Amino acid sequence: MKNLPRFFTFASPSRFYRAAGWAIPWIYAVAVLVSLAGLYLGFFVAPVDATQGNSYRIIFIHVPAAWMSMVLYLVMAFWAAIGWAFNARLASMVARSLAPTGAAFTFLALWTGAFWGKPTWGAWWVWDARLTSELILLFLYLGYMALVEAIDDTRRADQAGALLAVIGAVNVPIIYFSVRWWNTLHQGATISMTAAPKMANTMLLSMLLMTIAFWAYAFAVVFMRTRALVLERERDNEWVRALGVNNGSVA
Amino acid sequence: MNWNSASEFFAMGGYGLYVWGAYGVTAAWMLAEPWLVRRRHARALRDVMERDESYE
Amino acid sequence: MTPMAALLARDLRLASRRPAEALLPVVFFVVAASLFPLGVGPEEATLRQIAPGIVWVCALLSSLLSLGTMYAGDYSDGSLEQMLISRMSSVELAVAKCLAHWLMSGVPLIVVSPLLGLLFGLSWESIGMMAFGLLLGTPVLSMMGSMGAALTLGLRNSSVLILLIVLPLCVPVLIFGAGAVSAAEVGLSPSGHFYLLGAMLLLTSVGAPVATAAALRISV
Repeated sequence: MKNLPRFFTFASPSRFYRAAGWAIPWIYAVAVLVSLAGLYLGFFVAPVDATQGNSYRIIFIHVPAAWMSMVLYLVMAFWAAIGWAFNARLASMVARSLAPTGAAFTFLALWTGAFWGKPTWGAWWVWDARLTSELILLFLYLGYMALVEAIDDTRRADQAGALLAVIGAVNVPIIYFSVRWWNTLHQGATISMTAAPKMANTMLLSMLLMTIAFWAYAFAVVFMRTRALVLERERDNEWVRALGVNNGSVA
Repeated sequence: MNWNSASEFFAMGGYGLYVWGAYGVTAAWMLAEPWLVRRRHARALRDVMERDESYE
Repeated sequence: MTPMAALLARDLRLASRRPAEALLPVVFFVVAASLFPLGVGPEEATLRQIAPGIVWVCALLSSLLSLGTMYAGDYSDGSLEQMLISRMSSVELAVAKCLAHWLMSGVPLIVVSPLLGLLFGLSWESIGMMAFGLLLGTPVLSMMGSMGAALTLGLRNSSVLILLIVLPLCVPVLIFGAGAVSAAEVGLSPSGHFYLLGAMLLLTSVGAPVATAAALRISV
């Protein structure tokens, strides 16, 4: 049974604080290096697209941002639920830290999508199924953040947020399906974002690398925010006060 | 290599505004967000230190 | 009388003592929907086309806006706490409250919707489709809304917060409810839409009261 306690060792805020503090610079380094590789492939190796010219290169950040926005929502709901079910403070803190980054990725997916759509299909915004679902996902994030910020009692806020996040996660497939139905029904504008260029291997590889880079970035930023949140919430604990004495450096 | 010169790279075959508009905002955010979180962390640390002083 | 029926009767009786307040959602419904032609122009074909969407969005807004009071009154005078520790399960409490809310705001909307249909120049068939869709959809809105009301109990900006939380979740109901009428107008069969609305009603009936009960336990 020796392995069991070690599995949960990082559920302790103080251990997490130290371990994450050590890891964050390395994670950033990974993010930077992988994105450099991905961008190099995307801009200097991948060829020009026959129909879309060079504007298609936006997908190297549009698709990873969209994927991250969806993944982070699920991860957020997961940790929030864990925090609620097991009374695990740190899990709830991680969930709260994920929200702004997830919302930002959603916004970036919409923004880059618009900048891709304009030269390709002539419109900054099209109400196609995926963009519309992404917009609703942004609303779900904003709703979560608004709810947790509005409740002063930390425990109630964490639990309410967890319930909302789980309800949202369950509803996302339903929402996506209904939006797709709605989109095919009103197929007046025959614009489809699924008409991405046929992907050469270099394009796919570049997108994959950028996804990894975004993922690493998300880890780093979320860990950073969680550490700040740990300090804010665990202020009265011995180990945090010891930090203060040591001028912020970890003993 | 796809580009014959730096100016060609920035022009992106006429799509420069869109490509750099998209990449620019993304890059700007990915610099701003860590900076903002760092500030939050520093503020929290400062609060902890001030609190500790008041316990003297 | 079962506790649930007693609670339902009590809520309805309380509402009947303040008829003006009870009618507010309906009045808002009519007023809001009537603003659209003023903004869009009186052209018949346009109005007929956008009518289902407008009526549904206004129905959404008016049922959600009246949610702030669902639990707030009982919460502030302590009776909600008493109800939660009583023999009645919190799920039953949620069901009774949702039913009361639907009877007070959903049903009047359904009854008034043909009037709006006429204002927008819809055919009688379309009006029937719209009313039937509202019949299936407004309970879902009440139930989704009760989750939001329970989560935001006692908070300052709860009305707006409820809207922000619940509106994205109500998008499917909006899509299929309005879509049914649009489909009928074009000559397609709306039955698929109604089946899906029915499915959502069933799903929500199973899930929402449980979620609301959990939310009440979190908030109180």
